[in-house]
Amino acid sequence: MMSRTRVNIAVTGLNNTDNPGPGVPVIRALRDSKEFDIRIIGLAYENLEPGIYMHDIVDKTYRIPYPSEGSDVLIKRVLEINSKDKIDILIPNFDAELMAFMKARDILLNAGIHTFLPELKQFEERHKTNLPEFGKKYKVNVPASNPVSTLSELKEIAEEYDYPVVIKGKFYDAYIANNYEQAALYFHKISAKWGLPVVIQEFIRGTEVNVVALGDGNGNTIGAVPMRKLYITDKGKAWSGITLDDSNMLDLTHHIISSTRWRGGMELELIKTDDQKFYLIEINPRIPAWVYLAVGAGQNLPEALVKMALGIEVKPFSEYKKGVIFVRYSYDLITDIKEFEKLSMTEEL
Amino acid sequence: MRIKRNIAVSESGFLFDPTGGESYSINEQALEIFNLLKEKKTNDEIKNYMTDIYDVASEDFEKYYFDFLGMLKQYRLLEDDEQNQG
Repeated sequence: MMSRTRVNIAVTGLNNTDNPGPGVPVIRALRDSKEFDIRIIGLAYENLEPGIYMHDIVDKTYRIPYPSEGSDVLIKRVLEINSKDKIDILIPNFDAELMAFMKARDILLNAGIHTFLPELKQFEERHKTNLPEFGKKYKVNVPASNPVSTLSELKEIAEEYDYPVVIKGKFYDAYIANNYEQAALYFHKISAKWGLPVVIQEFIRGTEVNVVALGDGNGNTIGAVPMRKLYITDKGKAWSGITLDDSNMLDLTHHIISSTRWRGGMELELIKTDDQKFYLIEINPRIPAWVYLAVGAGQNLPEALVKMALGIEVKPFSEYKKGVIFVRYSYDLITDIKEFEKLSMTEEL
Repeated sequence: MRIKRNIAVSESGFLFDPTGGESYSINEQALEIFNLLKEKKTNDEIKNYMTDIYDVASEDFEKYYFDFLGMLKQYRLLEDDEQNQG
């Protein structure tokens, strides 16, 4: 019998809440692997991230500081964890931390920690604030948008748009504003939470559809699964979704990955209009929280990412099952105060 | 216009469009018509078949039939004949 390779994988995004981080579904995917014997090191920003207390999901958890405390502080903490609990691969799952880990790629690799993240250039050019240039450069339909940093700038730029418009945070959050007063309200709400600039975007009427995909960094798409949200929470997150059979969505994904030579996981957020045109509204530069649907449909993208991080050649997936549905659920996990105490006092559990 | 190739319909009349991810339920008679359309029967063949087995006047059937086709078109379950090749 073939023995499975033992790998220690550190994962962030254990906040399996109503605005879920991708950590827990990524780990579930990795635990499905028949090739790797996985040990999961959870990296948590908050003491109440549910994944911390799921002991069949996460083997050991360490607290890490928010990237806002300084990239060097975050990286130092990860290296410190690595010195006592070896990390072979690190899979970051938050947009806000990616920059720190991408910049520290060589430092991490020198310490034996492999990552499989986009290049800084790829990360920057797909940024919400750069989307119009991205669309032009790669010949992809995108809605008109502008970054705005002040209220007067918002007022001036908003006049160029017809309402409704979409007001978006640079990392998360998006609201539809039907007039200037609402736009100003969301500007304040988003800038207070996510900082500046805030993005004002043309509202494209249609159905939102998404693709989870993985690029090898050489222009090849290793896997891609399109999905439509069937049930959306008040935070705009998918609570249920279904895999689609749409060759246009796959063609667009292949085009974006091959022309940007994307490396790592990504999520394309698209609007399909009534006349069957696709508009790219966002590229999330990481695996999305609904990735386990792709696993259920036959493409274990997190496992493929781990292989590529280790330099193992991966053959692209050619198939996935259409009409596969995920339905998310909430669950009351019971834990003892001693666990919470241990994490609070020692920063590990 | 023909039914899109990738549309699946079950014996119970559950219809699934994998391109858009939408599902629909259709009644027994609609299911029969749907299957005839999938078999690429012409409008006249379908009309003759249905008016033979159901107590419905030809002109009444036509009215309901074209309404049904309109609905299938509206939900994008039909495609041009040439798209159906190959």
